[in-house]
Amino acid sequence: MQLRKEAIDIILNICDRYKNEPSPLMLILSDVQKEYGYIPLEVQEIISAKINVPVSDIYGVVTFYNFFSLVPKGKYVIGVCIGTACYVKGGQNVLDKFGELLKIKEGQTTEDGLFSLDGLRCLGACGIAPAVSINGKVFPKVTLQDVPKIIEEYRRLDKEGE
Amino acid sequence: MAKKVTIYIENRPYLVDEGLSILEAAKTCGFNIPNLCHWRDHKCSLASCRVCLVHVEGERRLVPSCAYPVRDGLKISINDPAAVSARRTSVELLLSNHYYNCQACRKNGHCELLEVAREVGARPERYVGHKTETTIDEIAPGIVRDTSKCILCGKCIEACKDTQGIGILGFEKRGFNTIVGPSENRSFVNVPCIQCGQCTLVCPTGALMEHNDIPRLDLAFQNKKKIIAFVAPAVRAAIGEEFGEKIGTNSTKKLAAALHRLGFYRAFDMNFAADLTIVEEATEFIKRFSSHSPSPMLTSCSPGWINYIEYYYPDLIPHLSTCKSPQQMMGAIIKSYYAEKNNIDKSSICTVSIVPCTAKKYERSRPQLKVNNLDDVDVVLTTRELGQLIRRSGIIWNKLPDEEFDHDLIGENTGAGVIFGVTGGVMEAALRTAYHILTNEEMEPVSFTPCRGLDGIKEASISISGTTVNIAICSGMSNAKVILDQIRQGTCKYDFVEVMGCPGGCINGGGQPYVFPVFLPNEDPDIWYTYKAKRAQVLYDEDKNKPIRRSHLNPDIKKLYNEYLMSAGSPLAEKLLHTSYNSHREMYPDVTDDTKPVTK
Repeated sequence: MQLRKEAIDIILNICDRYKNEPSPLMLILSDVQKEYGYIPLEVQEIISAKINVPVSDIYGVVTFYNFFSLVPKGKYVIGVCIGTACYVKGGQNVLDKFGELLKIKEGQTTEDGLFSLDGLRCLGACGIAPAVSINGKVFPKVTLQDVPKIIEEYRRLDKEGE
Repeated sequence: MAKKVTIYIENRPYLVDEGLSILEAAKTCGFNIPNLCHWRDHKCSLASCRVCLVHVEGERRLVPSCAYPVRDGLKISINDPAAVSARRTSVELLLSNHYYNCQACRKNGHCELLEVAREVGARPERYVGHKTETTIDEIAPGIVRDTSKCILCGKCIEACKDTQGIGILGFEKRGFNTIVGPSENRSFVNVPCIQCGQCTLVCPTGALMEHNDIPRLDLAFQNKKKIIAFVAPAVRAAIGEEFGEKIGTNSTKKLAAALHRLGFYRAFDMNFAADLTIVEEATEFIKRFSSHSPSPMLTSCSPGWINYIEYYYPDLIPHLSTCKSPQQMMGAIIKSYYAEKNNIDKSSICTVSIVPCTAKKYERSRPQLKVNNLDDVDVVLTTRELGQLIRRSGIIWNKLPDEEFDHDLIGENTGAGVIFGVTGGVMEAALRTAYHILTNEEMEPVSFTPCRGLDGIKEASISISGTTVNIAICSGMSNAKVILDQIRQGTCKYDFVEVMGCPGGCINGGGQPYVFPVFLPNEDPDIWYTYKAKRAQVLYDEDKNKPIRRSHLNPDIKKLYNEYLMSAGSPLAEKLLHTSYNSHREMYPDVTDDTKPVTK
């Protein structure tokens, strides 16, 4: 796959941001994930050549941390907490319900590119367990009945051009 | 001299060098602490296998001895019951995620995991449970990978990244799902792997091995082909190790005897082709040197190195000599000159090359190396596979008599050819011949010692009839990189550079017998640091004892030029003995279904 010139420029710019750091890899990957949306092998090759770190090292880091993704994330990233407290309060069931309704598994993205589904390890909001976070907005004490409503809400938001 | 400190092992005092790890220090005191991920002097950066645990007084937990530096007064217990039990548990846990098919594993007999399991007294199937998804990659012609046997020690990663400076292999994913492999779990053919095989030399199990080409040879036997084998210089310096000979034993004559007993039509010494390479390469060098075309000229005998420059420095390909490697020249001459003079049908010949190299398995399949649509070389076996072939055929190595390689039209060889197998050898041999071509006199003394030694980069100058020629020699790709970067920046002051893909040259090639100290109780404890020099000495000694030590004086080579090729660099020589390179090799091509490793 050939990357567009603009895409390559974005990545090279991010690399330049951290050129004085002793070990810039994590910082670069973090920004690429945020600004480019995902980190496929083609992007890793560019970073590798730029900062002189083998592709295998970068691939290892990308596949080690959940935060990084090899495939594009959806417009709305649904994070369901399955940390200890949320798990006890039924977080896993909530995660499964999202998966069932969206017809995707954890870590995947819907075909229309609207939703991605992730399991999170503790949001630090155990008092409102089970918690769900969507693009930074937190939903407290989510029940199985809430799940279709939340999905509908975001489908509506998307149609309204949010 | 390093400062000495006193350590205590089971309360007995020992004087050891400061700065060593407990594991290394204990070795100098006569203890071998079982381990699976340690392979160089206290550089064990990973401490991943958790097998070398010992008790240290004052430490709350057991410590990995490979990563714990000694200090004065340190009290260590290897035989501490908790340490003994922990070492055994570590191995049992590694085995719990291992697929037991040891009988059918080609590493059997050289498997460090099996040996260490025996040493620590591991109990069978102590822990039973899920096993990690496995990947088997048998697509690449040089190296195969089977993650079902991998113990995640990380030695191959260090060999690829540190020794060779490439970094194809890495850890992927996390926790129980972790595997070692090229990015995206691709096959070695879909990443810029040079197939040098240095990873196979350090793998403690059968996870990384050479591609098994013995079945290809069997097919040739079945099809009643005229099988003509030829053996590379470095094989003689190591094949004896497969049969328990001490490292540094010359096996040329037994090797010839073994090949005669395997049923080959002819068994030649590839030194002949090394001599031919030298005559062509020295001629090419002089032509380039006097015409000031891209300087320096780089040698082209090592297929791992060719892969490296094609992938990583394609802009420097014009510097490469166009000479084929000796293996390919040998095949090309057998399927032309030899077949024609002896009235043998070319298509009935099967050429078998026996080399210390895994990359040569790839090289034989290069499309640029076909002559008249025939492959120069049909089967490539490594030194280790030859060992297996000899064992399989029931030949008792120790009972083999001394015999000579065949001499039939071709085959005569010189001391210049034999030193091809060690870093600096190609350069030394080329200088002997280049000197003669330029001055019509012989270089005296015949040995050129600045070429010798195992340093990663060596440089020297030689004056030939008033002109100074600056040369450099490097082995291992991390060293080649230094010189290639100089060429790119225009700061390279050399005229002629020899490059070999593996550190130390072919004597340490990726297809050579394993050097695992645990299997070599009769060798010195520091054998891991001395084996290359011992193998190199075998080749230098053979050179010294040869009646002819200059390639251009080889009578068979002279005859080949007089009767067939006419002269070095003639159109026919160009067709048979020279090749071209690919400057557009894609590093990470799209993966197709037939180049995807099997995962289950």
